[in-house]
Amino acid sequence: MTTTVRHTHQPKRWAKSLLGLAASLAFSATLQAEVNTTGLAVTDTTVKVGILHSVTGTMAISETGSVQAEMLAIEQINAMGGVLGRQIEYIQEDGASDWPTFAEKSKKLLVNDKVAAVFGCWTSASRKAVLPIFEQYNGMLYYPTFYEGLEQSPNVIYTGQEATQQIIAGIDWVVKNKGAKSFYLLGSDYIWPRTSNKIARKHIEKLGLSVVGEEYYPLGHTQFNSVINKIKLKKPDVIYAIVVGGSNVAFYKQLKAAGIDMTKEKPLVLTISVTEDEVLGIGGENMVGAYAAMKYFQSLPNDNNKAFVEAFKARWGKDTVIGDVTQAAYLGPWLWKAAVEKAGSFDIDKVRAASPGIELTTAPEGYVKIHPNHHLWSKTRIGHARADGQYDVVFETEQLIEPNPFPEGYQ
Amino acid sequence: MTIKPASLLPGGNLMGYALLALLLLLVLPLALDLFRLNLIGKYLTYAFVAVGLVLCWGYGGILSLGQGVFFGLGGYAMAMFLKLEASDPESTKIQSTPGIPDFMDWNQLTELPWFWQPFHSFSFTLLAIVLVPAIIAMVIGLAMFTRRVGGVYFAIITQALAAILTILIIGQQGYTGGVNGMTDLRTLMGFDIRTDGAKYLFYYLCVLLLFGCLGLAHYISKSKLGRLLVAMRDKEDRVRFSGYDVAAFKIFVFCMAGVFSAIGGAMFTLQVGFMSPTLVGIVPSIEMVIFCAVGGRLSLIGAVYGALLVNFAKTSFSESFPELWLFAMGGLFIAVVMAFPNGLAGLYNSYVAPHLARLIARWLPATTEPAAVPAIEAKQPQGAQP
Repeated sequence: MTTTVRHTHQPKRWAKSLLGLAASLAFSATLQAEVNTTGLAVTDTTVKVGILHSVTGTMAISETGSVQAEMLAIEQINAMGGVLGRQIEYIQEDGASDWPTFAEKSKKLLVNDKVAAVFGCWTSASRKAVLPIFEQYNGMLYYPTFYEGLEQSPNVIYTGQEATQQIIAGIDWVVKNKGAKSFYLLGSDYIWPRTSNKIARKHIEKLGLSVVGEEYYPLGHTQFNSVINKIKLKKPDVIYAIVVGGSNVAFYKQLKAAGIDMTKEKPLVLTISVTEDEVLGIGGENMVGAYAAMKYFQSLPNDNNKAFVEAFKARWGKDTVIGDVTQAAYLGPWLWKAAVEKAGSFDIDKVRAASPGIELTTAPEGYVKIHPNHHLWSKTRIGHARADGQYDVVFETEQLIEPNPFPEGYQ
Repeated sequence: MTIKPASLLPGGNLMGYALLALLLLLVLPLALDLFRLNLIGKYLTYAFVAVGLVLCWGYGGILSLGQGVFFGLGGYAMAMFLKLEASDPESTKIQSTPGIPDFMDWNQLTELPWFWQPFHSFSFTLLAIVLVPAIIAMVIGLAMFTRRVGGVYFAIITQALAAILTILIIGQQGYTGGVNGMTDLRTLMGFDIRTDGAKYLFYYLCVLLLFGCLGLAHYISKSKLGRLLVAMRDKEDRVRFSGYDVAAFKIFVFCMAGVFSAIGGAMFTLQVGFMSPTLVGIVPSIEMVIFCAVGGRLSLIGAVYGALLVNFAKTSFSESFPELWLFAMGGLFIAVVMAFPNGLAGLYNSYVAPHLARLIARWLPATTEPAAVPAIEAKQPQGAQP
């Protein structure tokens, strides 16, 4: 048994289904064959997709937002008539914050359930674990998290930003607007913070500025006093923090306790890892005054975003917050729908071929477009943390930034 | 040699193994599709650890909460070999340094570290899978058992070892792949490990190796050594005063359990296609003890069923109730420990076996020996040892 949930939000669907039934009786064989030549789980009225995130374990707190966003997008698409006239049914699987489980479940979705697309994964480790399976069984994964780059799989659409998009604009901004000259790089010890800081360091040094310290702590680390003391000694202009997950709570609380008031901006804190979701755990009062560089904040003032935030809260409760990754996860089903409709088929190869150039003008973050390298063109924004856990958007890049997962000279 | 009626019972030695072999070699491959069979293959790799634990914990009374260390060592050794083969200069030409594993390139390593070099050789890798865990287990054993560290203290130390190895692997990501582990393994000596044929092959190889381990463990448990282990577990001092070197026996059985785990780890890598530190740490190590406990820690066959059953339950619960399955698993474990402290094997021995014994005795009236109730392989421990 698997949880298969079907959402029908259209009151007058019965009338349509009658018509559809008549039509499908006549054309079912040809219709089916046309849009699905590879035996995916597509019928004349439905198409199955997978949602694969951790809903248990340490990552559940981060991934829940993505699950909610993907479900919301699917429900909205169904209410608009589905994809190629087919209602989307989703099969949800739990990766349980455990990479072998992710691999196992992705194989189940592709091999047993024959889903047409999978929306899922969060950490790089889980993506790396499922990647060979998606490549072997030719599936399509929509991956929402900002990540380190250095990857470009034909079987993945990366709806979050890769590292250069997020980092370079942020550093340029603090240098130009805050006169920053020295940086202290800090992160959790795994590939994303390390690669990101490598890119940051190269860029800082290219600008002729200095990195006065660079340190890493294991995931889940909670004692940051020694590094905070070092920071106080070195007096950098900017603390560039890529601390991840639960460690954030300890880090920002200890920073505050050590007398570093982030609202004074001496030093200024710039992070690329704290979205509104993380602030919920850290507490707005401990985060106030910090800057974050990413592509989306819940407070973005455009109309798309207002509608999205309203729909999200109506569906999942008014106290929910929406972070960068949640928004990127929301894009997944919409990008897939657009690609399927452009291809006129659910076949993975045709969807892949149709994907580059797909644009979404209705994206909450504004406008996005799929680059031939399967990442998204997107803007980067700087948010200034408020005490209520939200960010004020103080800057956004004028142009869309081209994704560049393999930056020259940064490897 | 006459066959004793008791051994014809499914918990008696012969029949039990025959039934397990029938199940693993015939019934499951015929009844399940390849995806599910591959999952069973994965569960069986944990059975190696559980069988080792029966020997080490059930018989020897040495509770190790760090078997993940050995599982990981075996798995990583195999993964290193496969990763090197997958990282030939041709397929890694987009890297700054082609020809080294991708994660090394991300971490600015420009050449293969010295301890990776020998893993180009398959025969070295096979040796390493067996010898490295054996040597490490021996060192730990020498350090602990000769100083008469045992019981809870030993369990805590093994747990610390599991934590240390995890931290080491995560911290040294340039050399080990860090949290991501070693992924994207493709071929074994040019043979694609991701094909359907390979999946069947590795499944059967895994079953055969498991029976090899079971046979060896069975032989040990029936030998004088096995009886000494039980004696040590129940009254260590008496064995020592009888002139036996208790430490040496303990070291031996601990090494044995380590090697079994490592073989399981290597088979895990081959069947799942990657290795990661999440299989090394404290949590998986404790889970492995649970497999053994559910099966019945005195029953070698029970350990295999325990590993299969718990993992099968884990997979099916999590498919049906993505958000609730952990509670269901927790409930299962509590139920087993509270209600059936001797696990599946205990349940079988006290409820099923007596009936079967009577039936068989009726079928074989010629046999003069009474069909006694067969205890599975060893008697219960005295007292309440962990």
